[in-house]
Amino acid sequence: MKNKAYLPLLFLIAFFTTALQAQNPKAKSGTFALTNATIETVTKGVITNGTVLISKGKITAVGTTVTVPQDAEVIDCSGHWIYPGLIDGGTGVGLFEIGQIPQATDASEAGQIIPQMKALTAINPNSAHIPVTRISGVTTVLTIPSGGLFPGTAALINLHGYVPDQMYAGFEGVVLNFPTTGRRGFYDRRTDEEIKKAVEKSLSQINDVWDKAVQYHKLDSATKGKGVTYYPEMQALLPVVRGEGSLLIEVNAANDILEVLKWVKEKKVKKVILTGVMEGWRVAEQIAKAGISVIAGPVQELPSREYDRYDKAYANPGLLKKAGVKVAIRTNDRSRGNSRNLPYHAGFAATYGMGREDALRAVTIIPAEIFGVQDRLGSIEVGKNATLFVSSGDPFETKTQIIHVFIDGWQIPMVSRQTQFYDEFLNREPGAAKN
Amino acid sequence: MKKITMLFLAVLSCGAFAQAQVDRGSMLIKNGTVFTITKGTLENTDVLVRDGKITQVGKNIPAPTGIKIIDASGLFVMPGIIDAHSHIALSSINEGTNAITPEVWTGDVVNPLSISIYRALAGGVTTVHAMHGSANSIGGQCETLKLRYGTVDADVLRMEDAPRTIKFALGENPTGHGRRDGQQPQSRMGVEFVIRQAFSEAKEYMATWETYNKAKLQKGFRGSPPSYNLRLETLADILKGNIIVHCHSYRADEINMLLNVCRDFGIRRIVFQHVNEGFKVAPELAAYGAMASVFSDWWSYKLEVYYSTAYNATILTRNGVTTSINSDDAELMRHLYHEAAKTQKYGGLKDDEALSLITINPARQLGIENRVGSIEAGKEADIAIFKNHPLSIYTIPVLTIVDGIVRFDREKDVDDMRLYIDPKESIDIPTFQEADHTHENCMLGAEETAQNIFDLN
Repeated sequence: MKNKAYLPLLFLIAFFTTALQAQNPKAKSGTFALTNATIETVTKGVITNGTVLISKGKITAVGTTVTVPQDAEVIDCSGHWIYPGLIDGGTGVGLFEIGQIPQATDASEAGQIIPQMKALTAINPNSAHIPVTRISGVTTVLTIPSGGLFPGTAALINLHGYVPDQMYAGFEGVVLNFPTTGRRGFYDRRTDEEIKKAVEKSLSQINDVWDKAVQYHKLDSATKGKGVTYYPEMQALLPVVRGEGSLLIEVNAANDILEVLKWVKEKKVKKVILTGVMEGWRVAEQIAKAGISVIAGPVQELPSREYDRYDKAYANPGLLKKAGVKVAIRTNDRSRGNSRNLPYHAGFAATYGMGREDALRAVTIIPAEIFGVQDRLGSIEVGKNATLFVSSGDPFETKTQIIHVFIDGWQIPMVSRQTQFYDEFLNREPGAAKN
Repeated sequence: MKKITMLFLAVLSCGAFAQAQVDRGSMLIKNGTVFTITKGTLENTDVLVRDGKITQVGKNIPAPTGIKIIDASGLFVMPGIIDAHSHIALSSINEGTNAITPEVWTGDVVNPLSISIYRALAGGVTTVHAMHGSANSIGGQCETLKLRYGTVDADVLRMEDAPRTIKFALGENPTGHGRRDGQQPQSRMGVEFVIRQAFSEAKEYMATWETYNKAKLQKGFRGSPPSYNLRLETLADILKGNIIVHCHSYRADEINMLLNVCRDFGIRRIVFQHVNEGFKVAPELAAYGAMASVFSDWWSYKLEVYYSTAYNATILTRNGVTTSINSDDAELMRHLYHEAAKTQKYGGLKDDEALSLITINPARQLGIENRVGSIEAGKEADIAIFKNHPLSIYTIPVLTIVDGIVRFDREKDVDDMRLYIDPKESIDIPTFQEADHTHENCMLGAEETAQNIFDLN
């Protein structure tokens, strides 16, 4: 009988516990010491039994003789590995929620020449794709607008934050979908002649725009920005023309790649990144000679020609690397929500010729360098952003579990809608309905 | 009449299969790590193949004179991979002219020249379920193919005597078609109705024939038989249990709906395809004995797959549902071993469980589990050999064998493996898949909107 006095209290405790559990878990910041780990720094070798110290969003110490401050939360990583967060050099994360539904997609805008359309504007920080992607160790992605010739400006984002400013990872680039002589798919039934004409037309459009942008730059410079009228397309292209901003040129067919190399030289475009580059292996020497970096992918893809060897898409990044091209790897996933598979694209590249070490670099330090954020991302080094993860092993191995993720020092809850479904439905209550 | 039908079918099948010359080979695969799937993993083990069949699995099997020997030392030997959802090697996919079209058959449009067959072999695949598309609620019948690449005879690709299967489809694809065509179904209510209506009509058809067949035995019977209707005949065959239903589905409610329809019409053999929300009704699926064939991790390409989870295969397996992982895609098909490995990340399935998802389980779903899907004496010699563990990212399929014949050998692969070259083709025009589209030729014979791409998945 006496016990009954406690009942209201028990209910109260039960209520609060339930209420707390019902909340979505939040990211946590602070000082963290990840101890006893094998650290694959990417840039400075592998450290066994080491510690990574995280404080105020940065990596403040790395090594085997790190003194752990008293206020640090110690996370024992015995038997586990630490890697820098993986960077997907091209994806649709944040710009599309449900591929087939226009209302749930913000990846493309009307118009052929619209470099002023900014991906960063439309990125949805609350997209269900973000937790799904980051708890697989993919912490940072280049989100690309799609559509016409200049469909907009892509943005590098970290997959944590509540407004785009908190997510912005320090790089934006104007996208140019270079006119392609390839077919868009089996359903593209244009004749060779029609394709040729379409390419010529698009190319002259691009040349016109570029010439205009050069004129605009001259006017703008001469008048110190006061003599030009509002012209958003040109303003977006200004940094590219001036060699301050990057131009991401999407190109895949071998002939088109050669055409791009010619075009870039002719127009004296200074900062160029080639993306896609599915047939890069055919002209790898020429790309290497031009000294232009490549973001290649997807890797898990079919060869682009029926007569090509079956594994050419798997081998492409390795063949490019071998020829001396600086190459990062992307998923280019813009409709299936599987940017999380970046480590597997890299793993396939590793297996089919690139080697594990270079494939790891191709999703960490190399994209960081290509985007000019190597002082912040891409390796485990003191002074860099604490954007990293702890795993049960090699992140390319399919069965490897990602155990902790940190983005800018924030410890990310290891939860997504997909893990929540697992928790709820593995042993559903109630079970089978009676029939 | 039944006799006549049987005779007719027999003549038909003679016509279809008599000339199909299937090559079968013999070999001794020495000293590999053998995943039998059904009887554990055996180290340093040999597999003897005679005339296309596995005759012995064991250690130190003496080599019969003159037999081809494959040294599998350090390699991994597993049953050829089976894809329960494929559209490769078909020259058309959808007969979307009516909500109910069971009278058509993908077996009529098999293209043995498709390079996709070779590329699938290069991913260790030996058998695929060549399915009709998902434009309509009851689509066409499907064909189970063995990847005997090299033949130009479509009949040789058929897996002889494999059970008949048929494609059903629920949800957005058939309702989308209904809306475009201004006919039922345009909602999930309509999908249930058109299926129930079709089976009800088939029952009437069966009853009419039964009445006639009884009546004609009466002395002095005068009258003509009811008219023959292939659509209703096929539906009747489903009701009689002669055809396995493979139903494109995503949402839990529609899966549950079809289970109820099957229960009401006494249909027992049902495999749900895609079944992204199968995890929500896993106990119901298990209780009915329905099976599930799923993607490893595709989601969000349309509304009905937005609430998916990559843990689907694990949840289904743990709830006792016979589950397979499929591709529905010429690219994905090439690394089903990797897709299966994802169940180790998402839910920690054991090696044998993960490998079952692409071997014996899809075999069960196609009704061919007594012939393929495991490495056992008596089974057909469909075998895939890998460098490194097949569930590792670093694995490479090196040898794929169908009926004891090597159909893919990475060592001997030359770049151009086409069987047919169009003299008029332009050699310098590549094809690139758009990032927001799926791969295989689902649009062939269909409309030109991108929407239709998804009549496959």
